[in-house]
Amino acid sequence: MQNQAYIIHHARIAGNKLYRNGELIFTAQAEGFADFAKQAYKELNLDYPKFYKMDNLSKLAILCADVVLSEAYNHQNVAILLSNKSGSLDTDRRHQASIQQEDNFYPSPAIFVYTLANICLGEISIRHDLKSENIFLINETFDAETMHAQASYLLQSKKADYVLCGWVELFDEKYKAVLYLVGPSGQTEHSINQINDLINK
Amino acid sequence: MEELKAELKAKIIQVLNLEDVSAEDIKDDDSLFGDGLGLDSIDALELIVLLDKEYGIKLSDPKQGKAIFESINTMAEFIAENRTK
Amino acid sequence: MFDPVYIHAYNMLTPLGLDLATNWQSLLANQSGIARHQVGKIKDVFVAKISEEKFRKERQALLIPKGLSRLEQMLFIVGRPIISNLSITSRTAFILSTTKGNVSSLQEGITDEAYLYSSAKKIAEIFGFVTKPIVVCNACVSGLSAVAMAKRMIQMKQCDDVVILAADEVSEFVLSGFQAFQAVSDAPCRPFDANRNGVTLGEAAAMMYVSSQKSRLEIIGESSISDANHISGPSRTGEGLYRSIRGALKEAGIGAAEVDYISAHGTATLYNDEMEAIAFNRASLAQVPVNSLKGYYGHTLGASGLLELILSCESLVKDELISSKGFSHLGVSQPINIITQTANQQLSVVLKTASGFGGSNSAMLIKKI
Repeated sequence: MQNQAYIIHHARIAGNKLYRNGELIFTAQAEGFADFAKQAYKELNLDYPKFYKMDNLSKLAILCADVVLSEAYNHQNVAILLSNKSGSLDTDRRHQASIQQEDNFYPSPAIFVYTLANICLGEISIRHDLKSENIFLINETFDAETMHAQASYLLQSKKADYVLCGWVELFDEKYKAVLYLVGPSGQTEHSINQINDLINK
Repeated sequence: MEELKAELKAKIIQVLNLEDVSAEDIKDDDSLFGDGLGLDSIDALELIVLLDKEYGIKLSDPKQGKAIFESINTMAEFIAENRTK
Repeated sequence: MFDPVYIHAYNMLTPLGLDLATNWQSLLANQSGIARHQVGKIKDVFVAKISEEKFRKERQALLIPKGLSRLEQMLFIVGRPIISNLSITSRTAFILSTTKGNVSSLQEGITDEAYLYSSAKKIAEIFGFVTKPIVVCNACVSGLSAVAMAKRMIQMKQCDDVVILAADEVSEFVLSGFQAFQAVSDAPCRPFDANRNGVTLGEAAAMMYVSSQKSRLEIIGESSISDANHISGPSRTGEGLYRSIRGALKEAGIGAAEVDYISAHGTATLYNDEMEAIAFNRASLAQVPVNSLKGYYGHTLGASGLLELILSCESLVKDELISSKGFSHLGVSQPINIITQTANQQLSVVLKTASGFGGSNSAMLIKKI
């Protein structure tokens, strides 16, 4: 059985810049992530009003996923394996602030729902209609070995036809997202070395 | 009442993150849910928080929300009658 | 294609007992861990909290290492009895499942403690794990996802055995959020009941050890499929859960008729329980005896998948079905077979399901050999 898989597409967002397959496709003069996200949204012609209801982590995830996944992958069996370091802490702070004082205790459902790291993954599933395997992992640094093994499992077991993997990290104004799509054919070998190269560049 | 309605429109746009919507776009009798502004279940819950935080109204039964949030008109009427802030 | 993976040992720490045996006795005696408490600034609410008195006594008796948060102490206590007897090697993986970790520390701002991997690191060090810990944070399916992940890691030969720990605490942070969703029950929760009106939150820690060595309990199938529908409401057709169940059955190579018992997610919200009933019917499981354990433990979030999976295994091993506490009259639109009396029953295969925010779902089949 052919066990070798390939990295088909990848995308990166960091420091006001957006890359597709290693090529810079957009750079913004922006004051902070929220501003960058708005500009990137318009640049990519997302046309997805729900975007504005998302927290920053989900916006980052959606933008990066949009660059990797063309419409051809919508409704397909594309599993999603994401990870980061800070979980949902950026939004956790906002929820905590809404309940910190007894005399100003107004928790918001729209904020609370984003106080789980995997919601950003859920947003990608919804946008691209991906009824598929998924998991969100937390670690200090990207765990290429585990990601590689889990993605390989999904393809070898045929539980998925493709796997969208990567790192979506945001806390305060520090953000970095690197997503890569793994499948049965492509330019780059799906290997731990190649993955580390992508993530750590 | 007109002031309250204008205030409501501004607050709703802000609280529900309705980015490409301006106060002028929302007619007083437009249906907020369904076809109108296309608000969803989380938005409905968010409006319940708005009633409490801005106007001091705690809904005893959240199911009342459906009737209250039908339009800006129904919201304003309910708030004018029940506000404690 | 892949070698089978087996469940060897497990333990739990909950309001119903600080070990597995005590918990099982409490369930047989129909006891509930749910009671009225104050949680932070939230006065008078039903939650399932571990007695501070019992916890303190246990801490003193065990000489717990210093510098551990309450959550980490729970993890230490639940893991110690089994882990201290394991041979941990460089081929032993460690997975932690938690949704919010040291969530109460957020009141003081963002410190090291707030990062979920910090608890995993501390526990790994204490127990002597040498591999890099893995933290699964997948909403309320985390506990089940963690076991599925452990199985897959072994099957891919990334490791030979895995220790899985799971825990979440009752907190003002989470409770206030569920209240904002109008999703908290005003009485102890009533899964699948006509008068249910929301969740009761709970806290627990659980531990499981799995490996490729043969044992009585085999993980024969698992699948976790997203609804891809809404981030907080489950699919009205139960699509993701239905596909997860089908996927697990397919992997196991069995049909619905071979499932003897379902341990459902059963959070007691209007929507979740309805969705599960629909999914079970679609999967031809309407006749299978089913319960929710949340009437005893409340919803323990990141611990729930593992806690309830362990109790499903105990049901299998002991051939005993536990009644679905809090249930009186069926309150879902599709017929399902709720267990209303704790009783003996020959059991071979159990299906455990879970669902969570983000539209996640998970299904796992365990077979007693």
